[in-house]
Amino acid sequence: MLAFAAKRSALALLVAFAVSIIAFTLLRMSGDIAIAIAGEGARSEDIAMVREAYGLDRPLFVQYAEWLFKTLRGDLGQSIFFKTDVATLIMAKLPTTLMLGLFSIMFALALSIPLGVLAAVYAGSIIDRIALTVAVAGQALPNFFFALCLIIVFSIQLRWLPVSGSGTWKHFVMPTIALGYYVTPPIMRLVRAGMMEVLSSDYVRTARAKGLSPASVIFKHALRNALVPVVALTAVQLGFLLGGSIVIETIFALDGLGYLAYQSITHKDFPITQAVLLLLSATYVFLTLLSDLANAWLDPRIRMA
Amino acid sequence: MVDVASAPKAPPNAALETAAETAAAPLPTGAGATTPPSTLRRMFRHRGLTIGAFLVGTIIFVALFAPLIVPHDPYAQDLTRRLIPPVWYEKGSWAHIFGTDNLGRDYFSRTLYGAQIALLIGFSVMIVSGFIGSALGLIAGYFGGKVDMVVTFFITTRLAMPVVLVALAVVAMIGSSLFVVIAVLGLLKWDRFAVVMRSATMQVRSQEYVSAAQAAGASTWRIVIGEILPNVMPHLIVVATVEAGSAILLEAALSFLGLGVQPPLPSWGLMISEAKNFMFFSFWLIAIPGTALALLVLGVNLLGDGLRDVFAPGGRS
Repeated sequence: MLAFAAKRSALALLVAFAVSIIAFTLLRMSGDIAIAIAGEGARSEDIAMVREAYGLDRPLFVQYAEWLFKTLRGDLGQSIFFKTDVATLIMAKLPTTLMLGLFSIMFALALSIPLGVLAAVYAGSIIDRIALTVAVAGQALPNFFFALCLIIVFSIQLRWLPVSGSGTWKHFVMPTIALGYYVTPPIMRLVRAGMMEVLSSDYVRTARAKGLSPASVIFKHALRNALVPVVALTAVQLGFLLGGSIVIETIFALDGLGYLAYQSITHKDFPITQAVLLLLSATYVFLTLLSDLANAWLDPRIRMA
Repeated sequence: MVDVASAPKAPPNAALETAAETAAAPLPTGAGATTPPSTLRRMFRHRGLTIGAFLVGTIIFVALFAPLIVPHDPYAQDLTRRLIPPVWYEKGSWAHIFGTDNLGRDYFSRTLYGAQIALLIGFSVMIVSGFIGSALGLIAGYFGGKVDMVVTFFITTRLAMPVVLVALAVVAMIGSSLFVVIAVLGLLKWDRFAVVMRSATMQVRSQEYVSAAQAAGASTWRIVIGEILPNVMPHLIVVATVEAGSAILLEAALSFLGLGVQPPLPSWGLMISEAKNFMFFSFWLIAIPGTALALLVLGVNLLGDGLRDVFAPGGRS
């Protein structure tokens, strides 16, 4: 187990390192930073001065090393547009996005586990078909279009929820649904497939033969085992959710990381974009590592592979 | 009907496994498992596949013959005829079946032309990313060992970066156009191709006909192209279909955020974005392109799911 954990952690670190190189290159590709800092229309002497002051005239790998050390210490540089510390800005927006991500994944699980179980227990029935149809249709619906439809129904027609902003819990309802429904189909399919396999296994047949109630068989014996791969998928989907939050947060003007990333891109404030990219990637790498380790811990067969 | 082919064996690498979610169906071994007539018959009998093929076929037809079908120039503005509702509204008229937008352009014509853009994006991105991903997956699966480790590392790194964020940033840097969107998405979306082709190639590599070709002294190039590729083709087709749908959705999202296809092109995502400010009083302005988008992607997904069922019947319940 320890060897497996060490190997996986090393790979995760390597991936994080590669992403940092890409993020660094991306910022450099965006144009001359010296000009961006000095401001448009700056005289060429000023630009040269900025270049020297910020060390932009040194070799790229030296700059990269310095940037990496700063980043690891939590110094993410200055925002060009907001004129503040990027790290402070990100810490201020992070809770909103984390909350949205957590709500969305809970929403998805609350929907997909019961649906998946029902679809598996009554495989081939009307319930199964409806669940599958909803899953297929759900994956085809563009999330931004779905979000706009939600606004029209719940904000304009029913007047239950605010259109945009991030003050109260009410502001989170529609973003949660819009973001969460998108990861529901894959989780539901996995729950269904897992339940189908477990339900046809020997120990479930034994449990049934013992005369246990169907509910006990399904929830106590089958579901627990079917949920093992779901844990892994959920962790990975949470990473995807954070990426998808850019579109959703922008639509609802929910003041989180995604909206910040969108604003930074439209304002060409790339230090922020870079920081958000690093943070989202690191979160994804971390979540995947966690789910890998959790899986290996739960299922010894994986460690041997 | 849909993805139940892959039994949920706990994945050794969660990220790769998730990306391979569409693919892990056991490969039909040899040609005998899918002889042409039975495959064809299964295709016709599969309801999802038929519906998907019908939807996609109709949209391809509409896109190809748009210039002949449309009643108006999709770019012609007429400010005296702004925001006319579609024909099924009380105030609608047959002159503009889907009504007009805020610049007085005929919405029916724009929606039909939008099909061209959506299909062009889906197909081009699929070709670019399919080429990159298949090449990586084939060499990783065939050579294994160190080559496989390197490719797996590439895939994991690529998966770690959120597509939407990177695509938005790169498009913002180099300026957005139809070509840029295709290039950026094509260069980003190869991960699932690589994952699926890698595992499919691994399964095929140990087959006897591959060993036979190796023993006969065929070159590596020839084995990969001549023996492996035809036998992993079913997997490739399924991923390609699903990925085309996903590319269409991504383009729509980028265009919706203003960093994709640029006006006045009638991209469905862009049409929704342009209509956003009018949607409270003129809901059809977002409903029509939104429905078109959903129908196309639904068709593509049904096609992909159906093809997977038809190609790999063994794993189904």
